[in-house]
Amino acid sequence: MKTRATTGPAEGWEYVIGLEVHTELKTATKLFCGCPNAFGEEPNTSVCPVCLGLPGSLPVMNVQAVDFAIRVGLALDATIQRSQFHRKNYFYPDMPKDYQISQYDVPINAGGHLELPSGRVIGIERAHLEEDTGKLIHRGGHGRIESAEYSLIDYNRSGVPLLEIVSAPDIRDPEEAKEYVTELRSILVAVGASDGRMEEGSLRVDANVSVRPIGEAGFRTRVEIKNLNSLRSLVRALEFEGLRQVHLYDDGEAMIQQTRFWDEARSVTGALRLKEEANDYRYFPEPDLPPVAPDPDLIEDRRAELPELPSTRRGYLARVLPDLSDDLRETVIADACWPYFRAAIDANITPARAAARCANELTALLADIGVLTPARFVEVLALEDRGELGASQVKILLREACVDSTAVPELIAKLGLSARDVGAIKSMVAEVVAPFADEWERYLDGDEKIAGFLVGQVMRKYGRQISGADARQALVELGDEARKSAD
Amino acid sequence: MNDEILDWGIAELARRLESREVTTVEVIDAYQEQIAIQEPEVDAFLSLDLEAARRRAIDQDDRRSRGETLGGLAGVPIALKDNLCTTAFPTTAASKILEGWTPPYNATVVDRILAQDGIVVGKTNLDEFAMGSSTENSAYKVTKNPYDLERVPGGSSGGSAAAVASRMALVGLGSDTGGSIRQPASLTGVVGFKPTYGRVSRYGLLAFASSLDQIGPLTASVEDAALVAEAIMGHDPRDATSLQEAAPSLVRPLTEGVRGIRVGIVTNLVDTATPQVQASVLRAAEVLTQSGASVAEISLDELAFGLAAYYVVAPAEASSNLARYDGVRYGLREAGSTVEEMMIATRTKGFGPEVKRRIMLGTYALSAGYYDAFYVTAQRVRTLVRTAFSRAYEAFDLLLCPTSPTTAFRIGERSSDPVEMYRSDVCTIPSNLSGDPAISIPAGVDADGLPIGVQLLGPALSERLLFRAAYAVERGLR
Repeated sequence: MKTRATTGPAEGWEYVIGLEVHTELKTATKLFCGCPNAFGEEPNTSVCPVCLGLPGSLPVMNVQAVDFAIRVGLALDATIQRSQFHRKNYFYPDMPKDYQISQYDVPINAGGHLELPSGRVIGIERAHLEEDTGKLIHRGGHGRIESAEYSLIDYNRSGVPLLEIVSAPDIRDPEEAKEYVTELRSILVAVGASDGRMEEGSLRVDANVSVRPIGEAGFRTRVEIKNLNSLRSLVRALEFEGLRQVHLYDDGEAMIQQTRFWDEARSVTGALRLKEEANDYRYFPEPDLPPVAPDPDLIEDRRAELPELPSTRRGYLARVLPDLSDDLRETVIADACWPYFRAAIDANITPARAAARCANELTALLADIGVLTPARFVEVLALEDRGELGASQVKILLREACVDSTAVPELIAKLGLSARDVGAIKSMVAEVVAPFADEWERYLDGDEKIAGFLVGQVMRKYGRQISGADARQALVELGDEARKSAD
Repeated sequence: MNDEILDWGIAELARRLESREVTTVEVIDAYQEQIAIQEPEVDAFLSLDLEAARRRAIDQDDRRSRGETLGGLAGVPIALKDNLCTTAFPTTAASKILEGWTPPYNATVVDRILAQDGIVVGKTNLDEFAMGSSTENSAYKVTKNPYDLERVPGGSSGGSAAAVASRMALVGLGSDTGGSIRQPASLTGVVGFKPTYGRVSRYGLLAFASSLDQIGPLTASVEDAALVAEAIMGHDPRDATSLQEAAPSLVRPLTEGVRGIRVGIVTNLVDTATPQVQASVLRAAEVLTQSGASVAEISLDELAFGLAAYYVVAPAEASSNLARYDGVRYGLREAGSTVEEMMIATRTKGFGPEVKRRIMLGTYALSAGYYDAFYVTAQRVRTLVRTAFSRAYEAFDLLLCPTSPTTAFRIGERSSDPVEMYRSDVCTIPSNLSGDPAISIPAGVDADGLPIGVQLLGPALSERLLFRAAYAVERGLR
């Protein structure tokens, strides 16, 4: 395992963090009934006797949810097993049966791991299926159930399939927690199991956190922070909670295992009422559902169909471009960019150029990519690779290639860009620079400041015809040529 | 004429309706008259709608006159236990917590009955949420045994049993979690059948103990039970525990006899019964022997542990199944200043003492620290019961024992002693724990003129053989 510099909650202390990520699976229907699994409908319209828990109704397993769970399990290297549903019993008005059908000691996915972009590997304990609850809307008071004047319940979300992914307590600081959730999210999206929209609640995080003096082996008493609904809340809640715990230890006070919530407005974690956490869930096997035994053939099919995961792309990049910065790498492996990059590499474009054009030009164009296919992208980059086009021309050409489907050579002609233009720009620069012999020598000797002066001179004369970047590029190329011929 | 109509079984009724000897309206009128006489005495029903039944009868007569072929239960007046969801009647499970609640959907069995043109006359009384063996635990009324109005009809399907026994309906549907179809059938002198677990869809049955509940018929004859069973059995995609097997043909093989069949008398269950009940079991054995079956004795001591295991498993599941009655969405809601207070007040007022007792028992059995000692141990005993049956079915095709150790007891007699009440189920519970089919057949009356029932048990999916033997016993004892 790679090591990584982490930031503790205080000098001499470190965090121990485990995350429970609940993701809504984007099945067509709910987990145990045929109601549409839709977001944003009129309250209580996507409901039926089953997801309202009406007397006499019975759950029937949604096979698509099992399929998605298997795909996530495979992506996390988990063991996919014959699993059992259990009832988790507790009274709450958003839960129509007053028990939640969940998985307990035999989850569908056991074990596994997730590799972070940093190279650190976080253990996965389980990824199990369960049903979501309805949504409570508290009116009056502080928007919490205790102080509300009344509460409304929308059961549209009741019975929506959730996959709860539980990490080992391997995460060592809040930024790493963020990195983990981001990476997990991209995997969930890549395998098609989730739309990953945190703002719509399709990804919700609970965090288990404790602190310990660096070097201490065991774990100390942990606190669970519920319902962290954005990466920002996650990081801030963990930072607050870590410091709170260190202060408690510093003051010699006892840490109690408890459930807390993140109060975004006040930027603090607060304890839930003791009563709410004194729950004994009285788990027992769900008698209405037979065990789910995934078909080994289905598992193998899904394994074969597994899309390329971010970690695989990172591994590939580490081979072709070992020195790429973290930021550039993460931009390039994004789903929208990756096919363009791969097409470029496959066409033998210089990898650094491919990465740079993806990260700089392509990402800016992605929103309106239009008719710029990976093949056309590669065609343009090949011209640059052969020195037939300059960087600024490539930029213009790519932008135009999004909206104009004309073949690239004709497009170049149409825009008045051509290989000759590169020569023309060089001539202009050479012509302007010629009277400044001293400055030119200083430039060749590596005085970068003087480059600005020379470009300024070019722009003063030809500013209407060429861009500053083109002028600078031409200057660099002229300089290179001059140095080369001097050797 | 009316009295004659009430005597007809399903097949005979169908023949006479087809030959236009009688109209469906005349049939319903005959039953309406009988209900008018009997119901004030027996108190079998929680709701009745004879006007709707009559409208359905008129419609069926119309369809028949137009030459349409009607379903297998055409013109048959049916009483449904009030824990089966119906859109046409409130469904209360005899609990105050569901007073006035009408489901927005029909149970699968109800849809199947209606698809076969059965005519539902009303919903029958039961022990609240099917928890009891006497129908005394109803929040609404105490149903009386038609043979002696001072006595209970058994339970929990006591209303359906009493309705069929007093000829207020030709068919009753009940549910059987620990004997709730067979024991009242036995105490009221009718046939009661509990199918193999998963044969009949539980969709729309208000759950008591999900791993034990099965719906089945209560009828005047074995043939009628077979006819109704054929209509309601078979896979239902809305119940994940429903078996894939198609409904077996039961009526046609009834007369095939029992020659060469091996029947075991379960001696340790016979020993739990009164001498008169024991004598009836032996008479049934004799009938089987005379019909060509070979009968021998077997003791299955493990079955006796079933009672204790049942009173852990059933309350455990019930404690969870009944959690949803919290006042939030339907049924009773008592006021409270917080959601928690509202739920507590609603459940305190809405549930009767036996239901509360079982919720507490079950909650306790599932609690941290007790789960292994109670729930896990009970599941082991359940396995033990299954193993005992498997061993028995290596040597025998069917087993014979009493349905209830005693005949009908007096109203109030066992109310103060729940454990004594629980013992009523000792002979019926093992079949629920194993999920196997069982049928109770009337076998005469005791010295007080109270009906006695004998029980035939078979391995899973053995319904065809079970009915053949039941038919032979019924004919031999008549």
